[in-house]
Amino acid sequence: MSEAVAYKSAERRGETFSYLPPMTPDRLRRNIAYLIAQNWNPAIEHTEPEKSMSSFWYLWKLPLFGERSIERILGELEACHRANPGHHVRLIGYDNYAQSQGMAFIVYRAGGR
Amino acid sequence: MAEKSYQAGVKDYRKTYWTPDYVPLDTDLLAVFKIVAQAGVPREEAAAAVAAESSTGTWTTVWTDLLTDLDYYKGRAYRIEPVPGDDNAFYAFIAYPIDLFEEGSVVNVLTSLVGNVFGFKAVRSLRLEDIRFPLAYVKTCGGPPNGIQLERDRLNKYGRALLGCTIKPKLGLSAKNYGRAVYECLRGGLDFTKDDENINSQPFMRWQHRFEFVMEAVHKATSETGERKGHYLNVTAPTPEEMYKRAEFAKSLGAPIIMHDFLTAGFTANTGLANWCRENGMLLHIHRAMHAVLDRNPMHGIHFRVLTKCLRLSGGDHLHSGTVVGKLEGDREATIGWVDLMREPFVPENRARGIFFDQDWGAMPGVMPVASGGIHVWHMPALTAIFGDDACFQFGGGTLGHPWGNAAGAHANRVALEACVEARNQGRPVEREGREILTEAAQHSPELKIAMETWKEIKFEFDTVDKLDTGPMLRVVNA
Repeated sequence: MSEAVAYKSAERRGETFSYLPPMTPDRLRRNIAYLIAQNWNPAIEHTEPEKSMSSFWYLWKLPLFGERSIERILGELEACHRANPGHHVRLIGYDNYAQSQGMAFIVYRAGGR
Repeated sequence: MAEKSYQAGVKDYRKTYWTPDYVPLDTDLLAVFKIVAQAGVPREEAAAAVAAESSTGTWTTVWTDLLTDLDYYKGRAYRIEPVPGDDNAFYAFIAYPIDLFEEGSVVNVLTSLVGNVFGFKAVRSLRLEDIRFPLAYVKTCGGPPNGIQLERDRLNKYGRALLGCTIKPKLGLSAKNYGRAVYECLRGGLDFTKDDENINSQPFMRWQHRFEFVMEAVHKATSETGERKGHYLNVTAPTPEEMYKRAEFAKSLGAPIIMHDFLTAGFTANTGLANWCRENGMLLHIHRAMHAVLDRNPMHGIHFRVLTKCLRLSGGDHLHSGTVVGKLEGDREATIGWVDLMREPFVPENRARGIFFDQDWGAMPGVMPVASGGIHVWHMPALTAIFGDDACFQFGGGTLGHPWGNAAGAHANRVALEACVEARNQGRPVEREGREILTEAAQHSPELKIAMETWKEIKFEFDTVDKLDTGPMLRVVNA
C-alpha cells in the first residue's frame, strides 16, 4: 500500500462537475445537447464569488424558453461572461415537470477552476 | 333490514367473506396476501378467513353482528391466483372499505391487516405482498415532510445523485473524534454524513456532545467548500418526548437534516416526527433497522414494498432501499419496483417488478431512495444506471477505508459520480463502459486511482433469499 498523501486544504468548489477538470468546449456542448434532449428550458445565472452561497444568483435576461440551438445557448453564456468577467456563470436546465432544475453547473468560474 | 335472524355457532368464512363477483371500488383499500393454507382447508375458505380476521370477523357468530351493516364493513376476498413456481401457496386479493380505517393512520391500517390474522391457525403461513392505498386515503396522510424537489432546492444539488457516508466504527468514538471523521468526509466532497442507526445516546458519546461537534464540522466544511452539507443527526430515542428534545436541539444548531428509525421506534413516533419536521423546515432521513425481520422470508411477514408505502404515507424524505450491487439483500427488478414506489407520483401494476396494484400518490412528495451497504467506487456506474439522479449513494467503508483517509475517499467517490453522470449525459452506456469511464476519470484524480486499486477485487455475489415469485405465466383463477 502506498504512503498516505495529505489532502489539500480548504478548496472552494461549485457543486456538480466541480470535481472534474475545468469544462472544455467539447464537454460543454455535449452537456447542452443533453439538456436540450431532455426538453428542459435553459437559463443562465451569475454572481460575485463571495455571494455564491445564496439560492439566488443574478438571472441573465430571462430563461431561454424553448431554445434548442446549442450555438445560441453558448452565445448567451459567453455574452453573460463578457458582461460580468469577475463572476461565476452557471447553466441551468429547468425541468418544469419536476418543478426543479434537471441540471445546473458552473461554466465560467471566476478566478479559474 | 330485519330479514336476518340470529343463529349461534360457527359457520364457514367463505359464506360471508368470499365474494368472487365483487368489483373493487376506487375507494377500497386492496391487499394481496401470499397464503399457504393448513392441509384440508380449501383456498377460498383460507382466503375468506384472512379477509374476515383482518376486518370485521371473529371465529364465531355473535348477536351484535346484526346491529350493524356488516355487508358494508366486511373485508372481501375477491380473487385467488396461483403463485408461480409454488404449488402450495396462492395469492388472495382482499378489498376493505375505506371506513374501516382511521384517516391518516398507517398504524391503524397495519393493526388490522397484519394483526391477529398472522397468528391464525387456519393458515400455515401468511405474507402481506402489497397494499393499494386508495387516493382518498393517501390524501389523509401527511407524507414526506419536504420531498425530493424541496431537498434539492434547499441543498442546491442538481443534476446528480447525492453522496453520503455512515461514520464508522459505529460504536465507541468520542464526540470530538466522531466530528473529525465527519469533517474529513464533508470537506473531501460528500454532501452528507450519517449517524449509524444504533448511535443514539450511549455512555461513550451522549447525543448533545455529538450534535455539537458534528455541527461544527458541518458548518466548517460548508464554508470552506462553498457547498451546502449536512449530517443525519439520529434523534431516535427511548421516548417521544426525548426524541422531540433532540430534534429541537438539532434545529437550534442549524442542522438541515435529522434521522429516525421508523420500525424500531414505531409508526406513531415516526408520523409525529415527520409532522414536526414539516413544521420546522427539517429534512428527515429514515433508516430501516428491523426490516429484514419482517420482509426477508418469502413465505412470512410483510414485503418491503408495503413497508415502503407505509413510510411514504407516515413521512420521511429519505429511505434506505438497498443497493442491488452491495453487501445487503435486494433483487434488481424488485428493488426498482419499490424505488418507483418511493419517488414516482403514479406507479402502475407491474408483476415483473412485484407490483400487484396501480398506486396513485396524488400530489404527495417523493421519498429519496438511499443506497447504502458495501458499495465502493467500482459500483458507481451501476448505481448511476439503476437509480438515476434522485437517490443518495452512501459509501461507509468505501469512503473511510481509503488508504489516504476520509477526505481522499470522499473526493474519489465524488469524482467517480460526476464522471458517471457526465458520461450518461453524453449518451454513453454507463454500466457497460464503467471501467473505461472510471479509468479515464482517474487520470485526473490520484484519489480515485488509489480507491480503484484498493477495492478492485471486492464483489458481493451471493444469491438473494427473497426473490420475486417466478415461473410460468400468471393465470387468473376466477373461482
